[in-house]
Amino acid sequence: MDSFFQGAALIVLLNVAASAIRIFIGPSRADRMMGAQLVGTGGVAILILLSLAGARPAVLDVALLLALLAAFAAVAFVKSVSPGGAGDPEEEA
Amino acid sequence: MIADVASCLTVSFGLFFFLAGTVGLLRFPDVHSRLHALTKADNLGLGFIVIAAAFQAADVWTVFKLLAVWLFTVAAAATAAQLVARAALSACQTEEPNR
Amino acid sequence: MNVSAAFDIVLCLLVLAVAGGAVLARDLFAGVALYIVFGLLLTVGWVRLEAVDVALVEAAIGAGLTSVILLGALPHSPAQSSFPLKIRPLALVSCLAVGAGLCWIVIGLAEPTSGLRPAVEAQLAHSGASNAVTAVLLNFRGYDTLLEVAVLLLALVGVWSSSRDDRWGGRPGPRQHVRPGGVLANFGRLIPPFGIVIGIYLVWVGTTAPGGAFQAATVLAAVWLLAMMAAITDPPRLASGALRWLVAAGPLLFILAGLFGLMEGAFLTYQPGTAKMMIVTVELALTVSIAATLALLVLGPARHGS
Repeated sequence: MDSFFQGAALIVLLNVAASAIRIFIGPSRADRMMGAQLVGTGGVAILILLSLAGARPAVLDVALLLALLAAFAAVAFVKSVSPGGAGDPEEEA
Repeated sequence: MIADVASCLTVSFGLFFFLAGTVGLLRFPDVHSRLHALTKADNLGLGFIVIAAAFQAADVWTVFKLLAVWLFTVAAAATAAQLVARAALSACQTEEPNR
Repeated sequence: MNVSAAFDIVLCLLVLAVAGGAVLARDLFAGVALYIVFGLLLTVGWVRLEAVDVALVEAAIGAGLTSVILLGALPHSPAQSSFPLKIRPLALVSCLAVGAGLCWIVIGLAEPTSGLRPAVEAQLAHSGASNAVTAVLLNFRGYDTLLEVAVLLLALVGVWSSSRDDRWGGRPGPRQHVRPGGVLANFGRLIPPFGIVIGIYLVWVGTTAPGGAFQAATVLAAVWLLAMMAAITDPPRLASGALRWLVAAGPLLFILAGLFGLMEGAFLTYQPGTAKMMIVTVELALTVSIAATLALLVLGPARHGS
């Protein structure tokens, strides 16, 4: 069972590697940001699978932290592309 | 034993959705369609993996923690999707055309 | 080859590739995004090395604080980096030499020893913490931690000192604004309460399992920054007395606990009976102070007078 979960973690890791390609080729900043976001979700999945594989419950806390902070990069990103670096993209509409 | 089989099945479903999300991110033609692939598919994949982990959980607190992990991720994805889509929209109109 | 080794090999290659991409990317934004990914992969790497305490910090710093700092710096930077740099032969040769030397040393290392682990484990029962990392950080090597906290405080003083004279003591960062009732505003309301709960949980669990003051503090700092980015709360006035006490409380209490030990024997020694109480008290105070310090470091010098 352990090696099954490890194998699953490996497959998610390969997915993460593939989405890193999207970060590299872009073309727009939003594309790169989405690539980073997918890596974040993938990282949470990898950590859950690793906590199962080793029966280490403490690893689940790391996954919890990553999940809690998952949208931080996205929020910082939309701030950085808004005028003055302090706005909200919904305001202009 | 039954829990192990259930975990295997749900993890496999989860991996399928992760794969679909990645393929979508790489193959879809523009920002807003890629956003679909990303924010829906991989969160569904994570949901299945969370269910698989819940089958293996030692106690009910672990199940709550797993549920919290999934809910945080879904909230983050929903927020990120909305904000990034808006940001990309204004970027399309003003500066860079999408490939 | 078993699956576990395959996972580690792929992870190492991916870390190297992403690090290379982050450094060499022409588009600065791509570099920043790859650097965020690099932090995530390192988190997984620390977990693989069984260093869950470090993984917690890396997760909070990499996913939370670093992204805010780097993305916040982007609007003030040129879109393209000046790569490819002109490579200077001498620099290249010396880098390669240092790299080769390091490889030689690492390969030539003797069989891994257990280091100080037996010594730590022998005294763990008297330390007041059953998580070895917390025992080392707050009891056996309390000096190190105290000095680290002092460094953070000095860094903050340094950042504040770079405020313009007429803005001294004012609020840091740009004035944030959001659409009232919008997604960003609601997200900023939703997440901080959970962050506070998880922060307290991490301090509490730190005495028996991975977790502790630094891990909790980075989470609290991150959610405070989120609340400010969502314009739920304004950045504090840097001249505020309450804020300064908040930043200084942890180090002060740590020194006080150390002096308390002086009565018993030596600076920063705890009696086995009271050690747990002392460690938890110092950790709680440190958590609050480090959280405030980290967030204020990210916010930077004062930008608005008053």
